[in-house]
Amino acid sequence: MTDHLTVFKLKQDIAAGRVKSRDITQAILDRISRYDSAIGAYLSVFADKALEQAKAVDDKIAAGQPVGPLAGVPIAIKDNLCYTEGLTTCGSKILGNFKPPYNAHVVEKLLAADAVILGKTNLDEFAMGSSTENSGLQKTVNPWDKTRVPGGSSGGSAAAVAAGLCCAALGSDTGGSIRQPASFCGIVGLKPTYGRVSRYGLVAYGSSLDQIGPMTTCVKDAAILLQVLAGHDERDSTSVNTETAAVPDYLNALEQAVTGLKIAYVPQFIEQAEAPVRDAVKAALELYKSLGASLVEVRMPHFDYSIAAYYVIATAEASSNLARFDGCHYGYRSPSARDYVEVYSKSRAEGFGAEVKRRIMLGTFALSSGYYDAYYLKALKVRNLIRKDFTEAFAKADCLMMPVAPSTAFKIGEKTSDPLQMYLADIYTIAVNLAGVPGISIPCGFDSNRLPVGLQIIGPTFSEDKLLRIAAMFESKTDYHLQKPAL
Amino acid sequence: MAAKVDYKVIVGLEIHVHLAAKTKMFCGCELAYGGTPNSRTCPVCIGMPGSLPVMNKHAYECAVLTAMALNCSIARFTKWDRKSYYYPDLPKNYQISQYDLPLSENGFIEIPLEDGSIKRVGIIRAHLEEDAGKNNHELGSFSAIDLNRAGAPLLEIVTAPDMNHPAEVRQMAQELQRIVRYLGVSEGDMQKGHMRFEPNVNLHIYKDGQTYKTPICEIKNLNSFRAIERSVAYEIQRQLEEFLETGKTMQMGNKRTYGWDDVNQMTVLQREKEEAHDYRYFPEPDLVPVEMDDVWFEQIRSRLGELPLQKQKRFVTDYGLSDYDAAVVTGDKATADYFDAVVKAGAEPKRACNLITQIGQKLANQSNTSVDQLDISPQNLAKLAQMADKGLISATAAASIYAKMPGTDTNPEDIAKAENLIQTSDTGAIEALVNEVLAENAEAVQDIITNSKKAQKAQGFLTGQVIKKSKGKANPKVVTELLAKRLSELAPKE
Repeated sequence: MTDHLTVFKLKQDIAAGRVKSRDITQAILDRISRYDSAIGAYLSVFADKALEQAKAVDDKIAAGQPVGPLAGVPIAIKDNLCYTEGLTTCGSKILGNFKPPYNAHVVEKLLAADAVILGKTNLDEFAMGSSTENSGLQKTVNPWDKTRVPGGSSGGSAAAVAAGLCCAALGSDTGGSIRQPASFCGIVGLKPTYGRVSRYGLVAYGSSLDQIGPMTTCVKDAAILLQVLAGHDERDSTSVNTETAAVPDYLNALEQAVTGLKIAYVPQFIEQAEAPVRDAVKAALELYKSLGASLVEVRMPHFDYSIAAYYVIATAEASSNLARFDGCHYGYRSPSARDYVEVYSKSRAEGFGAEVKRRIMLGTFALSSGYYDAYYLKALKVRNLIRKDFTEAFAKADCLMMPVAPSTAFKIGEKTSDPLQMYLADIYTIAVNLAGVPGISIPCGFDSNRLPVGLQIIGPTFSEDKLLRIAAMFESKTDYHLQKPAL
Repeated sequence: MAAKVDYKVIVGLEIHVHLAAKTKMFCGCELAYGGTPNSRTCPVCIGMPGSLPVMNKHAYECAVLTAMALNCSIARFTKWDRKSYYYPDLPKNYQISQYDLPLSENGFIEIPLEDGSIKRVGIIRAHLEEDAGKNNHELGSFSAIDLNRAGAPLLEIVTAPDMNHPAEVRQMAQELQRIVRYLGVSEGDMQKGHMRFEPNVNLHIYKDGQTYKTPICEIKNLNSFRAIERSVAYEIQRQLEEFLETGKTMQMGNKRTYGWDDVNQMTVLQREKEEAHDYRYFPEPDLVPVEMDDVWFEQIRSRLGELPLQKQKRFVTDYGLSDYDAAVVTGDKATADYFDAVVKAGAEPKRACNLITQIGQKLANQSNTSVDQLDISPQNLAKLAQMADKGLISATAAASIYAKMPGTDTNPEDIAKAENLIQTSDTGAIEALVNEVLAENAEAVQDIITNSKKAQKAQGFLTGQVIKKSKGKANPKVVTELLAKRLSELAPKE
């Protein structure tokens, strides 16, 4: 029943009455019980609530009532999205007991679409990391090799989708946190254009970079989910007005190949990746060529500065966004604090993990008087140049293709002692967030250890419909996305 | 007693005005004063993770309107910044404010001084920010935080150091209050914290051919106009004495903060040194910049209307009111507009002003309302004023008719008739009364015609007697004239 679970097929089966949502939800809950102790994808599972939601959908269908576009489909959400069910921890001790009084916009959208929410998935603390090892609460492993990381920060969501512990999941992506774990776990991960999906209820890391997106087993599922998530929300001033950019029908023409497709690529980006990644991405480009696409070599002269710019901008915003976790109003409060200054200092010292503290300090430094111009302002200038790089590339081609990460999933603990090494794992994904453009990661091969490799396709702002079509072209000719890890 | 030295007082003001929007600056919570702690809060103003601010457009317009009234140049592109500092009443530990691109700059305010002259005070900038909540430390072993006020829209106005006298500082504050009330952008109640004024005071002391500048002191906790004036006066004296004693002058970092102790009428040192705050300002990524096009700009400007000082000047120039009367009648917009309407309905301005500010104000106070809310049409009040002007009724009668007018929509003449208050100017009838009185008071007549010391008093007495005989209806002017005429006839010929 849970083999090759796709949103697309399942919603049809449920709507047609061939499958009961309650049965499939129960079957997935059983899988979670069976496998997740070894994988660690979930921080919390809402079995009763999920079954209740599933039953409500089944009842609606039995009564012949109309149902939403995700009727009865069991979905997992990253634990930095506010949901009134259970806790929203962000993988942090400081929010270890935090129960939000409201739902994130995307959670409301899922519920309105009649989805079943299974539970909350693990992440690097406050989405800061590339391996989910920074979670303050739990370890998550890669379902393809349990000695390896699932990627991050949406590692829990990626592992859950790859292991069939949900039908699809939501992640958030600030510097690659959807695409990189999708690549490491062999699934599809889409980071939409900044402003396409409301951030209301997403616990902010880097506000000018954060976007929520779908993590699915196939491109079509990503299109279905994006359709539900996208659109203006008046509670998020940065969510784009539909007059400026209407939400297209992502499913329409999804399976039609883009004719005259022009793909931009930077040869050096592909060459500098590790051999299995390099070879898989090269092969993917060849496949596109065989489908009639033409390749355009481009230069991205400021790409190399993206990590530096990112770690100034993201940490500056984070240092401010995370200031509210002070033990005063909610969340963890140090039991040994004796006055209000200690409520701050001790609660934060005890509540935050090392990487979060590192980034808060980096950001605080970058914004400090006397350093602002040299760091923050400079980073904003670099950001503009990177945007320009993309604009110029997209003037010559429909999309840009490159690896998602320089390597396949690395070993647990391999990079934890060297944060800079860890930051470099995001070299291909970060510039996309700085530019605010959409990017998708799709499975494009395996290395010799049978670890998945991802192909990243990047498009101009609000070109998700085209990106999905380009991705679907590759997927229809390959079966990487159909391969599953042995649990 | 300190030695006599020449000095100049330098005062600038930092002002916070609570804008009277319906909701908070960045969320939909109701704006109100007091109430159960934390009853008007939501995830946004509590600073819950994941919540996002959305700009209150109405509050922004109120801020721009105020800045326009202060003759500021209005930014067509402005943005929001985060100002970081940790304090329990600031739930996000940053305040959304405006740093390098305030919504307005470079204006001025004109203040009518008591001597009738106008003082101009420069406005350096006015920008919007969100207010913090309130900490309560009076509950024993713990402190409580009330976030009802957190997120309230606050207009910060910084003036140039252009004020040179304690009274000017007070008058500046009062004029600003009059302006914000005219515009309807704030209730402007200092006791309720709608307006907070923090004077920055120092002295330029001229001694031995040199100028010495005393350290700047900022005064906080001022909750009345009187406190503003008194605190500045106190601070001037204190700084002067301190300088003569210690010779201390202004240096980097020796700005001090004093609090006003209203009970002991003195300033009390709160903070010795200006702390080296680093607010780590950076652009607020959760909000988009505000761009104002011509249409929006003009829409706001059309709401400006006539400002209080303009009105006051017009009442002096066009209506011939004295500076004092014009200031009193323009104290609040409703009264000024009502007065204007009464004059336009045909009343003589001075008469209308006296009726409204003396009698009307008293009536309004008695029924706890305002003059314009007494339910007397400007036309009827203008008629009353005209009747008094023509001598048809006495001043006393005018007051009692005014008191009977609210809510009746009756012509004051009808009231006067019904109450038998119409004065007579019928010279024949009055002459008869005059003759009667002269006959009855030979002694007084004698005093007058012999021009004795009692003459003036006697004349007043006789006038009173005639009016009394007429039961208050004889026009005093006519009585005086006739009486004078008869008395001169009686006087011995030279």
